[in-house]
Amino acid sequence: MVAPGALRVVRCGGSAVRGARAVFSADSKQVGRGAGAAAYLLCASGDFVKVYSVSTEETLRLMGGHADLVTGIQLNPHNHMQLYSSSLDGTIKLWDFMDGILIKTFTIGSKLLALYTLASAEDSVFVVIPKKGERDTFQLVSVKLTKGAGQDLEVKELSVVLNDVGASVKHTAFGREGAYVVSVKDMNLQVYFFEQKLLNRFSLSTTKTKEGDNSFSCVVCHPTEDCIATGHGDGKIRLWRNFHHRKEYTYSTLHWHHDIVMDMAFSMEGTRLLSGGVESVLVQWHNESSCQKDFLPRLGSPIEYISMSSDGTLCCTLHTDNRITIINSNLRFSRSIQGLIKSRDVKTGLVVDPRTKALVLNGEPGHLQFYSLQSDQQLFSLDIVQRQYIHQAGLKQSDLVKVAFSAQGTWLATVEESEEVTDPELQLKLWLYDEETQSFKLNTRINTPHDNHITDMCFRDMDELGDESLILVTTGRDCVFKVWVLIEDTDPEAQQSVSWSCDFVGSYRNYQATNCCFSEDGSLLAVSFEETVTVWDTLTWDLKCTFCHPPGNIRNICFGRLTCSKYLIGATDYGFLCCWNLLTCALEWSAHLNIVVLQPDPLSEHIAAVSWLSKESSLFVFKPSEPLPVYIQRNICKEKILLAAFVPRDEPEMISSEKYLWLRKSQPFFLTDTQELMTLSTKSLEERLTPSSKQLAVEECLPVTPFSLLLGKHRHQQAEENLDLGKPVVHNKQEQASPAVKELLHTPAHVLPSASFLCTIFINSLLISKESKSAEEVADEVEMESEKAEGDSDEEDVTAMEQEDTSHMEFLGEMTCKLSKSQEKELRKIRKMDYSWISAF
Amino acid sequence: MAVYKPVVVQACPKLGESITKDTLYWRGYKTPVQIKEFGAINKIDFSPVPPYNYAVTASSRIHIYGRYSQEPIKTFSRFRDAAYCATYRDDGRLLAAGSEESIICLFDVIGKAPLRQFKGHTKPVHLVGFLSDKYRIFSGGDDYSSSLWDIPSAKGIISYSEHTDYVRCGCASKVNADVFITGSYDHTVKLFDARTKSSVMTIEHGHPVESVLLFPSGGLLVSAGGRYVKVWDVLKGGQLLVSLKNHHKTVTCLCLNSSGERLLSGSLDRHVKIYSTTSYKVVHSFNYATSILSLALSPEDETIVVGMTNGVLNVKHRKPEEKSENSQKKRQPAYRTYVKGRTYMPKQEDFCVSKPVKRVLRKYDELLRSFQSSKALDAVLEPPIMLHTPEVTVAVMQELHRRGTLRSALAGRDEKQVNLLLTFVARRVIDPRFTPVLVTVADMITDIYQPVVGQSAIVDKQFLKLQEAIGKEIDYQEELLEVLGMMDTLFATFTKKRDTCLEEKKSKGGTKII
Repeated sequence: MVAPGALRVVRCGGSAVRGARAVFSADSKQVGRGAGAAAYLLCASGDFVKVYSVSTEETLRLMGGHADLVTGIQLNPHNHMQLYSSSLDGTIKLWDFMDGILIKTFTIGSKLLALYTLASAEDSVFVVIPKKGERDTFQLVSVKLTKGAGQDLEVKELSVVLNDVGASVKHTAFGREGAYVVSVKDMNLQVYFFEQKLLNRFSLSTTKTKEGDNSFSCVVCHPTEDCIATGHGDGKIRLWRNFHHRKEYTYSTLHWHHDIVMDMAFSMEGTRLLSGGVESVLVQWHNESSCQKDFLPRLGSPIEYISMSSDGTLCCTLHTDNRITIINSNLRFSRSIQGLIKSRDVKTGLVVDPRTKALVLNGEPGHLQFYSLQSDQQLFSLDIVQRQYIHQAGLKQSDLVKVAFSAQGTWLATVEESEEVTDPELQLKLWLYDEETQSFKLNTRINTPHDNHITDMCFRDMDELGDESLILVTTGRDCVFKVWVLIEDTDPEAQQSVSWSCDFVGSYRNYQATNCCFSEDGSLLAVSFEETVTVWDTLTWDLKCTFCHPPGNIRNICFGRLTCSKYLIGATDYGFLCCWNLLTCALEWSAHLNIVVLQPDPLSEHIAAVSWLSKESSLFVFKPSEPLPVYIQRNICKEKILLAAFVPRDEPEMISSEKYLWLRKSQPFFLTDTQELMTLSTKSLEERLTPSSKQLAVEECLPVTPFSLLLGKHRHQQAEENLDLGKPVVHNKQEQASPAVKELLHTPAHVLPSASFLCTIFINSLLISKESKSAEEVADEVEMESEKAEGDSDEEDVTAMEQEDTSHMEFLGEMTCKLSKSQEKELRKIRKMDYSWISAF
Repeated sequence: MAVYKPVVVQACPKLGESITKDTLYWRGYKTPVQIKEFGAINKIDFSPVPPYNYAVTASSRIHIYGRYSQEPIKTFSRFRDAAYCATYRDDGRLLAAGSEESIICLFDVIGKAPLRQFKGHTKPVHLVGFLSDKYRIFSGGDDYSSSLWDIPSAKGIISYSEHTDYVRCGCASKVNADVFITGSYDHTVKLFDARTKSSVMTIEHGHPVESVLLFPSGGLLVSAGGRYVKVWDVLKGGQLLVSLKNHHKTVTCLCLNSSGERLLSGSLDRHVKIYSTTSYKVVHSFNYATSILSLALSPEDETIVVGMTNGVLNVKHRKPEEKSENSQKKRQPAYRTYVKGRTYMPKQEDFCVSKPVKRVLRKYDELLRSFQSSKALDAVLEPPIMLHTPEVTVAVMQELHRRGTLRSALAGRDEKQVNLLLTFVARRVIDPRFTPVLVTVADMITDIYQPVVGQSAIVDKQFLKLQEAIGKEIDYQEELLEVLGMMDTLFATFTKKRDTCLEEKKSKGGTKII
């Protein structure tokens, strides 16, 4: 644990979930429930292993412990409640994923690139490690996991199985019942039979086509027959048979994919083969001879991994944009789990939606994703471009490049352009939030708003002036900035009452306009033209004054806020951060820093600047009125930070240290060039995890009994009542009551106190309390509850605690009553006291 | 999961005027009937009672036309010289007219000879009208005077000589039987009350007044003269409400439609403009062959009659309301068929199976979905789509270009199809909405079919046409640029003052730069 008060960088989403194939849990308990057998989906995500619920798509648990990227996860073939995970940090860890407990750590030493387990192999797993002394050559080794007493074990027993294998997990596969192992690399396929100790090598001759060459991209083995399926770079799938013989082997070819086959999977019986690739179409091949196939098209983005559940009812695809799709056995889309969708290039920047406080950025191609930071889930994806996306390399697709929200979130402006450099197909779209559908609706579309790329865009929107003040400014490389205003349509027959139109076009000496920014009161507009910042009056559109700090173009500009509203901050290409005073029109101060990101906090006068110097990003938080920064954090991360945003907190956080006071009202978030989302927090990761997820996991495991059904009905009714009443306070009570009931039900009968004693607790927990508690108190209690739920195995202790807890709750009302009485007494005493001594003064 | 997204067809704003309810309403007239009269038609007046005959005053005759007759059903020709301003009384039984010989004649619509003759004016009488009590006639003449006559006794009641030029137009109030107004070439409109000896109100129009009109409520007065139509508030003492300048020649006649919501004005510039009386904006306009002198609208707006300077009477009848018989023929399924089973609320134990909604895609979308580029292009090159909705064709071409398959879709076509393609491109490439896409298409077609040029006369001809169209467009654009340049120099001279102002500011700003 980190000492309280220290600020630390927390990764909070966006890490790739595609380190390894996902794994479905094999729950034998669940058989009684019928179909939907697998309850959990396990996924490697960055340094963590994530446990998702298949039915609710929720992240149940985050298992962290690895120091580097997790490269492989496999269920323990001898215990389905345990999971092996391998990582680049050279360790294999054994987890109990139901409870999130780390059981054992096996240290191997070298980087582990892939992990395989076999039911037939006792105590040993297979890993791919780099060959010592040689670069870019890898070998498959078998690791004997020693049975030691301690938690951390050193593994020494490594035996090489295959040399010169592919590094990816997709390049090696184990055959029927672990009889043989197949590995592919480039143009070579090698099969090793364990029993015969026979190694067969096959190679293909290179043929290059337009799409790619025919080198191997992935390999899988038939679960029951001696058959190997290999995927190739040119989109072909080959099915190999008779590979026991060096010469008389045969293969048949299946061809549908037009580009590389990314991954394949056999169904449990081996009758069906699933394959996927860049086209983002899941193809199901029924019978290899008849070429009969089914398709599940438009999965959103290229398929990276395919995995099947052990009973074959579900299939899951991992996509390149960090999305997980769960697919039924009849090739029906079931559900998708998506966190922060990774897009090729975040051109829009990090924008905060004022309405939902969600982060808004590029999602899947042509879409805008609204990413909820609290739940690490995508709230929704807004289709901006509204065109069919063709997954094919070399096409010039149009994509979203700029996004801006008005202050209240009622208007959304988006700019999309095609990738062509010379003649970009530009479109400016303005969306109005529709209260009825709770979504944005296209209001105005402007074709080619500028003749060249749009560089920046911002809204002016003040609450006190209403719609009158709504102005949108766009700056373009065609050397002008344009002002767009809302006009009302006088024609009563028109479909919509308002639309946008251009009001003013400004330019400055034919320089390219690069940035724009409105002052807080909206009276001034700053537009940077290459080296110069121009300040315009928004009423008359007159040029007021100009600033520059040669040499170097202006990279970012922003106005100070609140008490610092007389300052204008600018960062230049040559590494200067300048602060100009708008009243005196003079340079207030400047600093030599290579500022990449300049982000003002909307709720305070602080401005965050992120610099990029000698391969590390540093954060400076400063007030424009003071040249000395409020806070400096050197080396936030190794990656280059590209974007930053301040997300307002729902309620100001209590921060003890004066040093971190700037974090009180809003929280900074950073996006690196590897699209990892990071934030600064004084809390540790464990504290930030919601306790509710843990409870859910418990609930999930409960068998369905008549009593639980009864309880469920009761709860259901209560929920309905709550809805009728519509009181949040009552809702809180119900929430905190449920764990009490749960504890009661969980405790084994032989350790329970007498029923008469429990009765009052039970009744109390079901009652709706009259006194309303402050949110903090309730939160405290919930935390206490969760602590109990997670930790102690000693039931007696739990019940004792619970008693205390409930009695405490009961006393709470009386306590305040008593306090007031004693206070009264005190007051009376004071009144009776002799005040004659005052007159002495 | 994502579904196929159909091709976005760019809905371009319709060029030209937008279609409103007004344009639809005023377009609902049949092709006009033209009747030749003997001279310039100075007045058309509809009988206020059915069958709404109308009196046309032209030269020395007054013709009465029935609603659908092209021949006059009655003629009053007892004038030695020109007749003016034949006007019906409110009950449609009497007709009064002025004349060049300064006599006012009163006719019974059934009889032929005048019932009364009012003599008193010394110059031609151009204005005659009935007061709303039906027993008095007012008139205005070129002797600058306006007079009031009693019908039963055929005698003058009063004569006002307040105007200082010809009195050419006027009208009576429908609310007050004593009030009438006259407009004169002395640029004024005067309001008279028969109970007083002088005019009650004088309104300065600013131009010789050609026509005046009172709203049925009597509160608003419209005067036309010169290029202006002006609306005055009578109750506020003749305050100018709005001045309309939509004609570019003298406005000669005014008229209200039956509901009083639209004002029509005819002018020598051959246009009739229709204004909304709430916003005073032009909502529609008609074009005529020659200058318009007079204009009338029948009750219920059934007929628009316009008289021209060359003696042609232009009559437009409203089209009968189209009855939607077609839709009645095809019997729709009953409402209960649609709601059948939909109102059923599933019970708790019911297992619901939802029927997937079938999405209907256009043919080209269906083909694009299955990546059949050539066929998709074929589908949008079919005549109905190509002719009526070229934007769809262009959108599909753009989509194909985006997919990188446009070249292969364009290639491999026979003479007929290439001909079709080239016709389309040559016709639409100059449309600014389609130019960017069609230039690429034209480029590709020339690339692909360059080797076969000279083998087919039809294709060669189309290529030449395309070349010609593009050449013309380039010339046109050059001319436009020249005009723009000229305008720029003009504007530069206009805004010189402001520029210097800005220059000063800039220099001030310059000194402030650190």
